[in-house]
Amino acid sequence: MASTMLSIASATPSASLSMHEKLKGKVKLGSTTNSTAGFIKTKSFGRVSMVAAVNVSRFEGVTMAPPDPILGVSEAFKADTDEKKLNLGVGAYRTEELQPYVLDVVKKAENLMLERGENKEYLPIEGLAAFNKVTAELLFGADNSVLKEQRVATVQGLSGTGSLRLAAALIERYFPGAKVLISSPTWGNHKNIFNDARVPWSEYRYYDPKTVGLDFEGMIADIKAAPGGSFILLHGCAHNPTGIDPTPEQWEKIADVIQEKNHIPFFDVAYQGFASGSLDNDASSVRLFATRGMELLVAQSYSKNLGLYAERIGAMNVVCSSSDLAARCCEVAVIQVKSQLKRLARPMYSNPPVHGARIVANVVGNPALFDEWKAEMEMMAGRIKNVRQKLFDSLSAKDKSGKDWSFILRQIGMFSFTGLNKAQSDNMTNKWHVYMTKDGRISLAGLSLAKCEYLADAIIDSYHNVS
Amino acid sequence: MYWRYLTRAARRCSVHTTSSRTVGWWDHVAPAAKDPINGVTEAFLADPSPFKINLGVGAYRDDKGRPVVLQCVREAEAKIAGSEFLESISASVSTKMVEESVKLVYGKDSDVVKEGRSAGVQALSGTGACRLFAEFQRRFHPESHIYFPDPTWSNHHNIWRDAQIPERTYHYYDPDSKSLDFAALMDDIKNAPDSSFFLFHPSAHNPTGVDPTEEQWREISYQFKVKGHFPFFDMAYQGFASGDLDKDAQAIRIFLEDEHLIGCAQSYAKSMGLYGHRVGCLSILCVDSKQAAAIRSQIQQIARAMYGSPPVHGILLVETILSDPNLKSLWIDEVKIMADRIQRKRTTLRQNLEKLGSSLNWEHITNQLGMFCFSGLTPYQVDRLAKEFHIYMTQDGRISMAGVTTGNVNYLANAIHEVTRSEQETAKILCSISV
Repeated sequence: MASTMLSIASATPSASLSMHEKLKGKVKLGSTTNSTAGFIKTKSFGRVSMVAAVNVSRFEGVTMAPPDPILGVSEAFKADTDEKKLNLGVGAYRTEELQPYVLDVVKKAENLMLERGENKEYLPIEGLAAFNKVTAELLFGADNSVLKEQRVATVQGLSGTGSLRLAAALIERYFPGAKVLISSPTWGNHKNIFNDARVPWSEYRYYDPKTVGLDFEGMIADIKAAPGGSFILLHGCAHNPTGIDPTPEQWEKIADVIQEKNHIPFFDVAYQGFASGSLDNDASSVRLFATRGMELLVAQSYSKNLGLYAERIGAMNVVCSSSDLAARCCEVAVIQVKSQLKRLARPMYSNPPVHGARIVANVVGNPALFDEWKAEMEMMAGRIKNVRQKLFDSLSAKDKSGKDWSFILRQIGMFSFTGLNKAQSDNMTNKWHVYMTKDGRISLAGLSLAKCEYLADAIIDSYHNVS
Repeated sequence: MYWRYLTRAARRCSVHTTSSRTVGWWDHVAPAAKDPINGVTEAFLADPSPFKINLGVGAYRDDKGRPVVLQCVREAEAKIAGSEFLESISASVSTKMVEESVKLVYGKDSDVVKEGRSAGVQALSGTGACRLFAEFQRRFHPESHIYFPDPTWSNHHNIWRDAQIPERTYHYYDPDSKSLDFAALMDDIKNAPDSSFFLFHPSAHNPTGVDPTEEQWREISYQFKVKGHFPFFDMAYQGFASGDLDKDAQAIRIFLEDEHLIGCAQSYAKSMGLYGHRVGCLSILCVDSKQAAAIRSQIQQIARAMYGSPPVHGILLVETILSDPNLKSLWIDEVKIMADRIQRKRTTLRQNLEKLGSSLNWEHITNQLGMFCFSGLTPYQVDRLAKEFHIYMTQDGRISMAGVTTGNVNYLANAIHEVTRSEQETAKILCSISV
């Protein structure tokens, strides 16, 4: 029997086909070289008894990936049944009632889109043209010379993450060996993006725990020390996780040293509007660099400022420059860079998702909706500023140690770096049911005025009683 | 005005810069080659002729040549309008969409579904699902290759290349018979090193429209057990080959019967007309649900460093349609309508060519399945069609039948007849010689 079975395995296709039809499906593998054969299962098919080897998975050795440190916080929060619990983990805006907030302008834009009943055809690889136009104008200012001179290659991306990944892929391909410098600390996913894109990175000093402020000297020294032609990743405003931004004067000095070393500034603008409440003011760092004629990369995200987290809408902008603009080499460079970004996007997702792009194009491109958005932006940023103030007041009133909590007022944007260490952060969660990331970051967007006093108690306890 | 800024900046820089940058950072970036499929659409859009026909990209068109939003989709849009969810998608919707997707492809009563043995993750349509798989393959089998059918969708080459997995090909299309070269395909499967990774189109092969028969799939599946190969299916056209969703998944069901632990990319772009929403699913079958959880976590990690999370709108539409029996039933009907229209146009095109007296064999137009017809036209003939007749298709002669309408099928048949005249002459001469 075995030898007959073996001969089936080595028979010509047509011969085995007829045998196959007779046996109706399963054939004993016998002593073939199938090294992946696992345990044997027996099945009956009427008259003939079949034996089939069940495949052992090719991916047997795959282990569970570690939970994402930021998203993992929300998951733990959901599992907590205590009614005092507070989620200060992920940077998603919440109302005073701690509910997610869908902006009015977004609802209006979606209604317009629903009424129009637009089709769902593929976007071009570079994204929705109307979106690309307004997103670049929002970032640089419609009157900016970089736009007038058509020196910006803008490509729609999947929020900030997707846009950063496109840029990382561009760096890996066109600047092999070039390094990216990221701030210490920075958003946790930056490292993952550059690692997966195989772009080497190192850190520049940023956060000074002694002052709970910017280690400016360290930052400048580290940027200077990097090999010429490095990419310097900068947070355009509302630094994540620290909330500490350089001053305008410091930005000028950062630009100086970047130019001196022939580095390329690479901005991650995830919070335009959330820092000061003004979309224009929050873009001033990027505009300063652009005005100086520097070439830059800028990633944008509409996750927070338009609340479009789940729609994944953002953009990658590459500003080209040359001291000989008359030669029009920038316009050529822009076309070429855009084509290469497209070439990188095509094997990732072919073309970007349409829904979020249409929402942004409708909001930013419509003067009435744009004005409404600006007002909603101010409202959201304003709520966070009020919460900061209340938290500071509560801490100052309750903490008798004389510790200076004013850094909370100086920090900008959604987050506050409390200065709590891992053990203290754990205490916040375990004792007080306050969920935050282990680096001591709290998301003020998830804090209500009503809960400030409770939070102050938790912070004071953790800071003073836990080491 | 700008020059003043520039010279001011240059003066500020001149003290510090070590090199004068008369050339920009990006000058060495050459323009990328145009994507062959998108390039066709661009050329079409630029053409002012009123007779122009776009037979390039595989997006469905109605009989008036218009893009279609399915009725089930419109109803789903109305249903979800105003939902408050915008955060990284609610876990239950997300899980539900994956559950429904795997049921669709593996069958709702299949063991893998009942036992929770599929590691399923939403993906950015078929492209995204393939890319996630390619990256996953690279991570856990860094020495492996991928075997593609010759030919395959052009973007497959880009996807696995960017994931740094070298490719090989297996025989598939026989240009002489314009059908499957099954013997050569089986040889390639047998000659490949054990445990190789193979990519298959389970139905409606793109670009050829040539699919193996049921018996041939069983042969392939058997040989895969012998060789221990890993089968990866790119299911982009479920429903478009036969009009029947289950029938189009038959190849996968055969592999499941033989207990292969396959990988599968699914796309809702064509079957639900959700092209621009980028919604699909990647699933990998596992020995148990524990392994499925582990694999899912790894794929999600890959996705997080690429784009974070998938866009929610398309996912909501799919989940709404597949979970609502009425909407799902409407969808199934609409898929059949689309597939039937394409089938009728295939028949009409072939009949027209035969009526025109073409001496060439056009059987393949109706033998081939799905959205595409591999016409057999040469690049020269394809160019003539574009330049002389304003008919656009990819250089390999692939026609997207979805672009053929009652209004343009005669024109198309005439044009094809024209540009193949010399071929017909040759065929006649050869026939007369052989007689």
